[in-house]
Amino acid sequence: MANIVQFENVGLRYGNGPETLSDISFALAPGSFYFLTGASGAGKTSLLRLLYLSQRPSRGIIRLFGEDAVTMPRGRLPGFRRRIGVVFQDFRLVPHLSAADNVALPLRIAGMPEAEIADPVSEMLAWVGLADQADAKPETLSGGEQQRVAIARAVIARPEMLVADEPTGNVDPEMADRLLLLFDSLNRLGTTVVVATHDIQLMQRVSGAQMMRLVKGRLQDPTGTLRHPPAREPA
Amino acid sequence: MSGPVAQNAERTRRVLDEARGVRAMVWIIAIMLFLTVLGAALGLATRNAANALESELVGRATVQLVASDPTRQEAEAGKALSALRGMPDVRRAELVDREELAALLRPWLGDDGADPDLPVPTMIDLELATEGPATLSRVRAALNRVAPSARVDAQEAWMAPVADFLDLVVLIAFVLVVLLATATAAVVVLAARAGLDAHRHTIEVMHMLGSTDVQVARLFQRRIARDAGVGAAIGSLAAIAMLLLVSAQAAELGSQLLGQASLGPSGWATLAMLPIAFVLLAALAARFTITRALESVL
Repeated sequence: MANIVQFENVGLRYGNGPETLSDISFALAPGSFYFLTGASGAGKTSLLRLLYLSQRPSRGIIRLFGEDAVTMPRGRLPGFRRRIGVVFQDFRLVPHLSAADNVALPLRIAGMPEAEIADPVSEMLAWVGLADQADAKPETLSGGEQQRVAIARAVIARPEMLVADEPTGNVDPEMADRLLLLFDSLNRLGTTVVVATHDIQLMQRVSGAQMMRLVKGRLQDPTGTLRHPPAREPA
Repeated sequence: MSGPVAQNAERTRRVLDEARGVRAMVWIIAIMLFLTVLGAALGLATRNAANALESELVGRATVQLVASDPTRQEAEAGKALSALRGMPDVRRAELVDREELAALLRPWLGDDGADPDLPVPTMIDLELATEGPATLSRVRAALNRVAPSARVDAQEAWMAPVADFLDLVVLIAFVLVVLLATATAAVVVLAARAGLDAHRHTIEVMHMLGSTDVQVARLFQRRIARDAGVGAAIGSLAAIAMLLLVSAQAAELGSQLLGQASLGPSGWATLAMLPIAFVLLAALAARFTITRALESVL
């Protein structure tokens, strides 16, 4: 099966500054699970931004779902973004919407009828342990609770790829396990998962997960397995 | 709208924080509409008055006979009247009687205007069967033969400055309406840009979740159209109330010209269309502004 993501010699530079990312080449097989690691400032968030189409690269080739994402017309981006779930490091919840409405947002944007939205939203909130906080506004939730709302929002539309930036940074170990289980379940259903994290223990808990390590904007791939990943066996 | 669809639309609308709206726009649109409706009413009423005046004066002329000798003047008037009544170009020729002339002179001369010794021209009111300078020339030629002291004035000609003035008022009113519509569109553009800035965070999130520019623009469009609708209703109702008050006062004056300056059913219908047109204008301006602004964002 074709790779879901393909980066070839991608470089990213903000304005006239130095390159934040240089010569990034890798491919993600459908249904794979990757952890993206690296020190602060190594370029993890920039790489994720390229993955979830929030940024175009300065050079190189990016193919996403089999199509050229670098020259893709702007009007086609929404359709591709709907296939990607994103957990932002700073959550980016809509402050005046309740937890349930935040979680429902991707479904409403996708045009799902209102009658079909309530059940999956309730189910997802229950999954992240926030069933009784459905009507709460983000400002009344703790950092960990906001993060769980953000995760629920990212996965509710069953994206083909999930990109998460430090998704367990604000939750206790028990909730981190629970969220990881959710990611793993999604992954087993076929979703490609990319999680940026510093948490070594978290990485050890997902069997079969692969590691992408960024050092000063360059991807470490001494064996070449990131460029030519093995196809993952379906669960 | 059906239940679930209405519910969905309502929930989608809530994506924009209602508390952060630019509510001042309601009042700005209300003031704009108030002025626009008054301006349009002025233009429409003036146009109606100009049309009424034109229809009254076209094909009308006045013959003045001024002879040094009153007896000769009277004799010429009789001959002129006979000659005119015999012309196919003349539909009606009536002598304006002395009492009517005295009444016309009274505002300037008082009761002296009725003095039988006062030399007053003899006037003949003409209604012509055909219009144009050729008709007037034929009338003048016919009168010259029987009444050399006769002078023919087309009423249209001496009312031309008044008609020109009314046309100017109509033009000014039209320009006023266009300027107010332009200013309203500019206000909407500013409000839409302010709304974009206020909701930048939410729009960014929506984009990342796969929202299209049209979806985002629709949110603003609905909201601005609703605000514009409320403002337009307030402004239009206030303007219509004022117009009714002015109409009532004008009717009490008993002026013929003011009486002709009424709006009529088509005028009122045009005024009723203005708020609708402004709401559409606001919605289109909002959509255009938002989609243009979003094009600069990835």
